[in-house]
Amino acid sequence: MSLTPQLVLFEEDHKKIVAVAERLVSEANAKAIFLVDKNGQLIAEAGELKGIDTTSLASLVAGNIAATGGLAKILGEEEFPIHFHQGARDSLHITLVAQRIILVVIFDERSSLGLVRLRVKKASQRLAEIFEQVFKKTAAVFDEKGLGAPFAEISEQDIDNLFSD
Amino acid sequence: MAFINYSAREINCKLVYYGPGLCGKTTNLKFIYEKIAESAKGKMISLATESERTLFFDFLPLSLGEIRGYKTRFHLYTVPGQVFYDASRKLILKGVDGVVFVADSQEERYEANLESMDNLVGNLREQGLELERLPCVIQYNKRDLPNAMPVDELRAELNPQGKRHDFEASASSGKGVFETLKALAKLVLLDLRRSK
Repeated sequence: MSLTPQLVLFEEDHKKIVAVAERLVSEANAKAIFLVDKNGQLIAEAGELKGIDTTSLASLVAGNIAATGGLAKILGEEEFPIHFHQGARDSLHITLVAQRIILVVIFDERSSLGLVRLRVKKASQRLAEIFEQVFKKTAAVFDEKGLGAPFAEISEQDIDNLFSD
Repeated sequence: MAFINYSAREINCKLVYYGPGLCGKTTNLKFIYEKIAESAKGKMISLATESERTLFFDFLPLSLGEIRGYKTRFHLYTVPGQVFYDASRKLILKGVDGVVFVADSQEERYEANLESMDNLVGNLREQGLELERLPCVIQYNKRDLPNAMPVDELRAELNPQGKRHDFEASASSGKGVFETLKALAKLVLLDLRRSK
């Protein structure tokens, strides 16, 4: 059997996603925006990223969503689609987009929960449309021709080189 | 189920260390974290109890270099091994690209190994995956302990047809740790080649 990648992201779609994220940063007065897939992979980021360990953030956000998703099922809910964590300085607003993408907004006193909610709602619709296309393209890649170059040409030697140090 | 980002020219893969409680999954990750070059690793996260038992998962991101112009990143996760954390194990297995099954070689943990292997097969099946078809390597850990069972006996149950790569290890000293990781990384990347 072959592995079907969860997600294949082409440059043009990545650009569209980043554009929506950047717009959301400015419209919601947010500090930063992250898009993470449910498996913990960081897809896009925008805003003030300095000092944030984005890889760890992605993995923990996905863990958080997975755990609360498990809780929801215990209670007979399909999912808890909106999460809000309030901090003394920064707060986190987390929503699910297109069922499998997590939209994380970090904001401080320059914004408010109400404003973030409002802007996230609008941006989510746009993101959902883009991601539906991404999922379709991902499926098409694997139905038709596989990943192709350069992945079809990966050799054992290439992999050995990764571990050569 | 890797994530391929053509824009950032990255391949991201998720590797999960599975096995019974106290078999050494976290110890594997800690050793990798200590030994790998600063430039190749991110922060290691452990969501553990006060007595250092894994509560949810450990996470270690590795960035090993480039293959054909693409950065290869591996996200290493461990599951909590204790039986009653099964809900958490299921969550962590989602989207897995490859599994290291860490067996505890001690005689008194023999049954726990078999139970954990059954649990892995069952939890993968729940998300529509067959262990048979997933990149997987087996590590017989704690070979340094006096009560370690002969490898052949462990292999007879955990790798009966010898189809999987398996390694003897002593994760606390690091023996076998990188061999195990390397073997799995190789299987996962070669699987990309076959993707269609």
